[in-house]
Amino acid sequence: MTSSTTKLMSGNEAIARGAYEAGVIVGTAYPGTPSTEILEQLSRFPGLRAHWAPNEKVALEVGIGASLAGARVLVAMKHVGVNVAADPLMTLSYTGVGGGLLLVSADDPGMHSSQNEQDNRHYARLAKIPLLEPSDSQEARDFVIAGLELSERFDTPVLLRTTTRISHSRSLVKTGVRNEIDRKGFQKDPAKYVMIPGYARRRRPLVEKRLAGLRREAERSPLNRTEGEGTARGFICSGITYQYVKEALPGERILKLGFSYPLPEKMIRDFAATVKEIIVVEELDPFLEEQIRALLPGVPVTGKQLFPAIGELSVNLIRRGTAGEGSVASGDPPETTELPARPPLLCPGCPHRGVFYVLRKLKLTVPGDIGCYTLGALPPLKALHTCICMGSGIGIAVGMERADPAAAASTVAVIGDSTFFHSGITPLVDLVYSGSRTTVLILDNRTTAMTGHQDHPGTGVTLQGATRPPIDIEALCRAVGVRRVFTADPLQLRELESLIKKELTAGEPSVIIAQRPCVLLGRTPSAPLRIDAQKCRDCGLCLALGCPALSRFGDCASIDPLLCNGCGLCSQVCRHGAIGATIPEEGDSN
Amino acid sequence: MTAIKKTDLLIAGVGGQGTLLTGKIIAAAAQEEGYDVKTSETHGMAQRGGSVVIHVRIADRVCAPLVPKGEADFLLAFEKLEALRFLPWLSPEGMVVVNCQEIKPLPVLIGVSTYPEGVAGRLRARSRRVIPVDAAQMEPVRRHPRTANVLLLGILARQLGLPQESWRRAISRSLPPHHHRINQEAFDAGWSFQPARQ
Repeated sequence: MTSSTTKLMSGNEAIARGAYEAGVIVGTAYPGTPSTEILEQLSRFPGLRAHWAPNEKVALEVGIGASLAGARVLVAMKHVGVNVAADPLMTLSYTGVGGGLLLVSADDPGMHSSQNEQDNRHYARLAKIPLLEPSDSQEARDFVIAGLELSERFDTPVLLRTTTRISHSRSLVKTGVRNEIDRKGFQKDPAKYVMIPGYARRRRPLVEKRLAGLRREAERSPLNRTEGEGTARGFICSGITYQYVKEALPGERILKLGFSYPLPEKMIRDFAATVKEIIVVEELDPFLEEQIRALLPGVPVTGKQLFPAIGELSVNLIRRGTAGEGSVASGDPPETTELPARPPLLCPGCPHRGVFYVLRKLKLTVPGDIGCYTLGALPPLKALHTCICMGSGIGIAVGMERADPAAAASTVAVIGDSTFFHSGITPLVDLVYSGSRTTVLILDNRTTAMTGHQDHPGTGVTLQGATRPPIDIEALCRAVGVRRVFTADPLQLRELESLIKKELTAGEPSVIIAQRPCVLLGRTPSAPLRIDAQKCRDCGLCLALGCPALSRFGDCASIDPLLCNGCGLCSQVCRHGAIGATIPEEGDSN
Repeated sequence: MTAIKKTDLLIAGVGGQGTLLTGKIIAAAAQEEGYDVKTSETHGMAQRGGSVVIHVRIADRVCAPLVPKGEADFLLAFEKLEALRFLPWLSPEGMVVVNCQEIKPLPVLIGVSTYPEGVAGRLRARSRRVIPVDAAQMEPVRRHPRTANVLLLGILARQLGLPQESWRRAISRSLPPHHHRINQEAFDAGWSFQPARQ
């Protein structure tokens, strides 16, 4: 009974599908969990052009250009990426669009793979643009199509906000066919597109007028609807919380907001008139609750009194929050305690391991940022000391040196190759221009590893596998004024250590490019190493590498031959010559 | 459409064990039979040896994509410690299918923590229905170690009430053609597995 047009899709696949059907011809993004698969899926459809931008600001700017040229556009990023793209977004709200432009923000309540859990619904209010929040994959597809139409009708960018549980959950989606849109081409109109103060002041009232129009549209939008029975209480939900309320409290009266900014004020007042009490159910900030309370003086409105503002909500949290004071009925069963954690870790053979081993040995201060290499902060390496945002390590190292010039001799900034192109070049410019002499280590593993191996301008390979001129990182660093630029192999510990030591005292800025491809990129592994039990003194030095292939077995270290790929780091740190490729296996006759 | 009641499952494993794929196959089989189905995944860290869990919910109409704690009908665990970690999601009447494999997490490898002992007993203390399986010792996993997940899925599938033919089609739809045969063999070995009497 499977219909040929019903498919099981993740929210991200459904967003790409909706964009395809809506006639989108340009897609841009920078990878970031939980948004990455949107552009990857989009790139598989015929008839549209999708590419990875070096960062989210560029992604949105390219999106703006394509929109002004009359194309329908989808731009996707994770929540913190919108911070990077916020500059163009705020003024795009004034200029409006050409072809429809939908910006997808994939938020991460609970911080499954993010550095914060900011609630990006605030961006819709800040930019005065419409906000759509789907509650499953079907709505993800439908809302993309609705959002692009809204964008063109109201001459506005539209923010579609998902969360991890929408983007990375799969549910059934009824699909349609592609609707080709005639592209109109760029219409030169300086008063609309050149935001100098004189023109921007003229656009400003139009933004308010548009917002009023959007509010009227939200009142009659099919994306907002009421359901259920009862007069005691009414629930107002958006996004995934709608599904949680439906399951926890079947049949209750619900106002489901799919088009959740600007709020349909009359609809909310009418809904409130039918019930005694309003309960707003939303993850993270009381974004809806505060606006609704202001709208309904005298009506009991609760929300964050019942449900946490931190992390994700769940069916059980809804049950508990609405069960009445002091009730723990249907609470979670007790946690299983004292289990060892299983954190993600640097893979066996990971080129980053050698770098962090040396940095720890030299007891350096290491500002870093975001990528697999952030795992260098965890035990036993513990050799990365700050992570704020993409590209932040270099600027922080400069700041440490500005505060204490002596710090340069004991500080190195680390940054990955993809992150360097994202936002590491401008702080490197600052390093030179400010007269700092901090050493920068670019951990060049030839890919964007953490998000699943996307190519980037340094590899020159595109999302579709075409090749462009790859950026020469060495030449780029020299061009911004760094004279001491070296490329080193991160798996040659002694050479790397002496190079880092030398550059720390160089008296001018240095860049060391620690270059070796990510071990997951399909390189043929070397033979696994073995440990000679006769020579092993159980000193634990090799275990300090934090390699998953190494463990203590009795009073001797041991290597798991299925995990080891022969990178050789452990044989370099062993002081007893106990580790090597040619050590006979126990029981071998020769 | 075979009539099964609302079914909630958790699949737990370690990055690289095929957890995501197993979730896809179960969802595809349920879809074959015309059910509503939702799954939810942890991403991003999966390739780096972290703990991975997939929620799968099958019913006439599914709302939340996550199984509420304490309500899973089945827990399929590809590794013993991960079975313990996600045990709180199991309902009191729920069943556990657990692979006997131990993969030591980093805190254990570097000696700052110990691998829990008596896992089977701790599982049985919560569930009367625990099926421990040493998948690595079974054909065809001995020949094709990467099919362990599909063999364990076969054991679970027998309990779910969906017809064998739907599973066959789900496996074909979810895997590239050159992997069909060995995975179908592994599935069949699981399907006909007789758990030892406890």
